[in-house]
Amino acid sequence: MKDIKARILLNRRIGLGYYKMSLDAPYIARTAKPGQFAQIKCSDSFEPLLRRPFSIHRVNRNIEILYETVGRGTEILSNKKEGDKIDVLGPLGNGFTLPRAMNGEPRAIIIAGGIGAAPLVYLAEELTKKKIKTIVLIGAKTKNLILCEKDFKKATPEVYVSTDDGTYGSQGFVSKLFHKILKTTESKFETIVYVCGPHEMLKCIADICQERKFECQVSLEEKMACGIGACLGCAVKTKSGNKLACKDGPIFNANELLW
Amino acid sequence: MAELGVKIGKIKLKNPVMAASGTFGYAKEFEKLVNLKHIGAIITKTITLNPRQGNPMPRICETSAGMLNAIGLQNEGIDNFLKEKMPYLSKIGAPIIVSISGNNIDEFFILARRLDKIKSISGIELNISCPNIKCEGLVAQDTKETYEVVKAVRKITDKTIITKLSPNVTDIVGIAKAAENAGSDAVSLVNTFFGMAIDIDTRKPKLGNITGGLSGPCIKPIALRMVYEVSKNINIPVIGIGGIMNANDAIEFMIAGAVAIQVGTANFIEPGVCIKIVKGIEGYLKKHKIEKIEDIIGNLNIKN
Repeated sequence: MKDIKARILLNRRIGLGYYKMSLDAPYIARTAKPGQFAQIKCSDSFEPLLRRPFSIHRVNRNIEILYETVGRGTEILSNKKEGDKIDVLGPLGNGFTLPRAMNGEPRAIIIAGGIGAAPLVYLAEELTKKKIKTIVLIGAKTKNLILCEKDFKKATPEVYVSTDDGTYGSQGFVSKLFHKILKTTESKFETIVYVCGPHEMLKCIADICQERKFECQVSLEEKMACGIGACLGCAVKTKSGNKLACKDGPIFNANELLW
Repeated sequence: MAELGVKIGKIKLKNPVMAASGTFGYAKEFEKLVNLKHIGAIITKTITLNPRQGNPMPRICETSAGMLNAIGLQNEGIDNFLKEKMPYLSKIGAPIIVSISGNNIDEFFILARRLDKIKSISGIELNISCPNIKCEGLVAQDTKETYEVVKAVRKITDKTIITKLSPNVTDIVGIAKAAENAGSDAVSLVNTFFGMAIDIDTRKPKLGNITGGLSGPCIKPIALRMVYEVSKNINIPVIGIGGIMNANDAIEFMIAGAVAIQVGTANFIEPGVCIKIVKGIEGYLKKHKIEKIEDIIGNLNIKN
């Protein structure tokens, strides 16, 4: 973990309200695991005051973040220019646990809802690098809000999309697509599910996983101040008491959470 | 090089910059980001006798140039603190001040008695801005209760006692005097201001606890005024707290009368800020050819 003044190498709008930023932060790129995040100071002024947490979207020699403009912080971030420098603290959090040797040949199902795709591309890349069969399900409201389809397809051929309005892929929520995929694919494999997206979606996927006795790792998004376990602002209720999204998470085993 | 050392009770600080309670965890959280031994003193997250779950979520909310928090003193209790946190804190090399809070005088007393036995603890900060013994208001809102809590702790320990005051009072000088009269070695001020924020679409409070404590740069002018008033009227050191974000803010508090300062919310934004402030103060003294930090303390120029 380091606090780095990183140069912005790229900051591009990639869709309706979605942006991709590339940052010159070799230390973080070298050390970050899928599912970890960085705390970024969007403004030099006191407005907004706190840093904002962003999932590490991809790493190469640099790190990439994928973000949606949802408020003052991300609004300011979206106006940053290439060459500007910003404070980036990372990598933070625990990251996803990749499958160990399981009874059957493991297969991973990645489920991304909306901007929830952000931490999952890097995960898909790492899983397929480990030769783990990986299926990706992407859910979006409508066709032009689908994120990372190409990036996922580079990692694995098995990428399925659903849109709420049916303008692309299957129609309906991604949980419906998940049901469908489970019906059509043989489950001779041990299955592990990785999911990131809106809270209701996480809960819905977690329930399906519980029924099927799949391990399910969810990436939670909470408001944070410090990002390093000092302020106790991002507490999450679990079966073993309060945990911190920033330090004990942001990845939690769905079974552990008190939803 | 200018002399940065100051003294609070029996504690000799190599510089006047302290990490405020509740914003620095138990220091270990910052070990990879800060050279901890260079901080003037570290004040732990508040410890209570028994573990506390803390308040419901959400617990923090950003406001204009500030933030609200309602963590609710979540901590594992003193047993766990002494077993799990203290060994690391002892090795840091900066003075360690343990913040404590109790539901009643007895709890403050028991906590202080246990901490008194531990050599590597330099001092105790009494967080009396906690739910009061009578369950209405705060200890720090009542001169008599403040006096009694400090007095009880004073009886059991010779360690440096710092009493942390709340700004949510009409006469903070009166409370400070009560702490002084009861034997406190210093007062630290201010804790957070009661505040709240509402989501107008859902009409829900933005904090699970409905109200919380406001901190950050937005409170600095009020905190500064309180430090000024208190330091003029008592004879024990005042430790200035409230929205200190950089060395200039810290120096302002010291000119207003603070012998030392605490950095709180700024730690969340810039983990290395305490050390940066120390360096900034050094630079200021050099620029103004001031030999020792003590020369600026309370040295407010009010002549025309």
